[in-house]
Amino acid sequence: MFPLTKNVKQLESIAKEVRALIIKMLAKAGSGHPGGSLSAVEILTTLYFSVMRHDPQNPHWEDRDRFHLSKGHACPVLYAVLAKTGYFDESELWTLRKFGSMLQGHADRRTPGIEISTGSLGQGLSIALGMALGARVARKNYRVYCLLGDGEIQEGNVWEAAMAAAHYNVGNLCAILDYNKFQIDGSVDEIMSLEPIEDKWEAFGWHTIVIDGHDISDLISAFEQAKEIKKKPTIIIAQTIKGKGVSFMEHVVDFHGRVPSPEEEKKALEEILGNE
Amino acid sequence: MSELLYSRDFYGKALVDLGRERKDIVVLDADLSGSTRTAKFRDEFPDRFFNIGVAEQNLMGISAGLASCGFTVFASSFAIFATGRPWDQIRNTICANHLNVKIVATHAGITVGEDGASHQANEDIAIMRAIPNMRVISPCDAFETYEVIKAIADIPGPFYVRMGRSKSPVVEERAHHFQFGKGQILRNGKDCFLFAHGLMVYNSLRAAEHLEKEKISVGVVNMPTIKPLDEELVLDIASKIKKIAVCEEHSVIGGLGSAISELLSQKQPVKMTLIGIGDVFGQSGSPDELLKAYGLDIDSIVSKVRDLVRNT
Repeated sequence: MFPLTKNVKQLESIAKEVRALIIKMLAKAGSGHPGGSLSAVEILTTLYFSVMRHDPQNPHWEDRDRFHLSKGHACPVLYAVLAKTGYFDESELWTLRKFGSMLQGHADRRTPGIEISTGSLGQGLSIALGMALGARVARKNYRVYCLLGDGEIQEGNVWEAAMAAAHYNVGNLCAILDYNKFQIDGSVDEIMSLEPIEDKWEAFGWHTIVIDGHDISDLISAFEQAKEIKKKPTIIIAQTIKGKGVSFMEHVVDFHGRVPSPEEEKKALEEILGNE
Repeated sequence: MSELLYSRDFYGKALVDLGRERKDIVVLDADLSGSTRTAKFRDEFPDRFFNIGVAEQNLMGISAGLASCGFTVFASSFAIFATGRPWDQIRNTICANHLNVKIVATHAGITVGEDGASHQANEDIAIMRAIPNMRVISPCDAFETYEVIKAIADIPGPFYVRMGRSKSPVVEERAHHFQFGKGQILRNGKDCFLFAHGLMVYNSLRAAEHLEKEKISVGVVNMPTIKPLDEELVLDIASKIKKIAVCEEHSVIGGLGSAISELLSQKQPVKMTLIGIGDVFGQSGSPDELLKAYGLDIDSIVSKVRDLVRNT
């Protein structure tokens, strides 16, 4: 049963392993999205190991907290965390994107632990809001978490959901923005700026928390604060680094959708794991 | 003339009845609850109703999230907004995940009338039918609408149901209740069979009566379920009667006519005439004026079926 631990050192060590799994599975898959997976490693590690109530042995437990990956292309980080928490065997990770695999190129509900398939951007916050309202109708107290990409929130559907979540005062909904500053065509500021981002969410009626999205103790505190906000949805604006943890991938837009070569994989794993 | 009733009144009534029977029924609308009649459900079950405002993409996303939590969700708007604006949400979220969302749209087809082309959904069946897992239904009158809503509430997974804005005549020839996936022969014929759904079932029956006076014997089939198609019935008829017409208040591209053509062209080729709206946008006018202008009034159907029987 989770949550398991609030020990930051332990969580940091799990995050390293998650990061290494992402590199390995993407190198083996030969295609996929490393940059936006690596930027969300601490967010998902914290959620799955120390925030959410869930049971990998019983993925459909009806009182579970829900997580919805709106930026479906970042599925490698979710797959790695689901494997590490025990939803399925780690060996499945090496089938990513292969014909017949349960680990599809974008998050897919055939994978144990995934609620709803995603991939087409901009829809996830509505879905998460539906889940949050579902708790209200069923008189349950589960919470719903939704990870949004920064380029993704250029979609109008996100703001429809933002307006409705505040209108319906859903305190059990917590969005996390993986603000890694890059999208496929370039930097978010160049393509379609989101700023002033915190003001926008506040104006839409949300409680906002801005943190360093790679600092696990900050993430734990932010999620705890969000639980205390009962009458509004909360968004954690996580300042992150695209490609975080691998020097030659950090801030490099090319690694949004390019996987490491065998040499790059070796170098990346050395950087992440050190000379263990 | 048969009794004239609003199908949407019976949609609203079916929702309220379902709401009384079942706690898992949740209804959403996008600022059209008065017109779609979901407001009747809202008045009785305010805790299980959500008005999402003018935001159809959000309507479908929230419906999907609720369905994933075990609810049977009815999501309503006008046909044009319920299918076009949120097509991606319907495809990638509702249908790809086989979620229990029933999209029930009113104001379908050209008989929306005076509101004009922007509000006349003539392509909704085509774009819903193309999505895997989606089932498409067009009831012929108010009573069948009630039966459809009650029936699909018991069948898991996504549905698209469309009905018109205007009052429409009751089809008195219906001998039994709606059965999902089944067509119903309302009248037998020897020279030609006419398949129809929605309002065109009534018009097709009247056209067949007219043609009988000219010694042309025309059968009429009510096809409320457009997808999955009742292939057995269509093939059985086409094996005996070699002239088939399809009449629908929808574009000739992608509707029931296309579905039947897709089947028969491969398995049982026959002479066919598709009676529907051409590849054009509509315009303002009264429903009767528009049906005449776009070839869906009784006289136009008579003339097209006569031509199929006599000249091909």
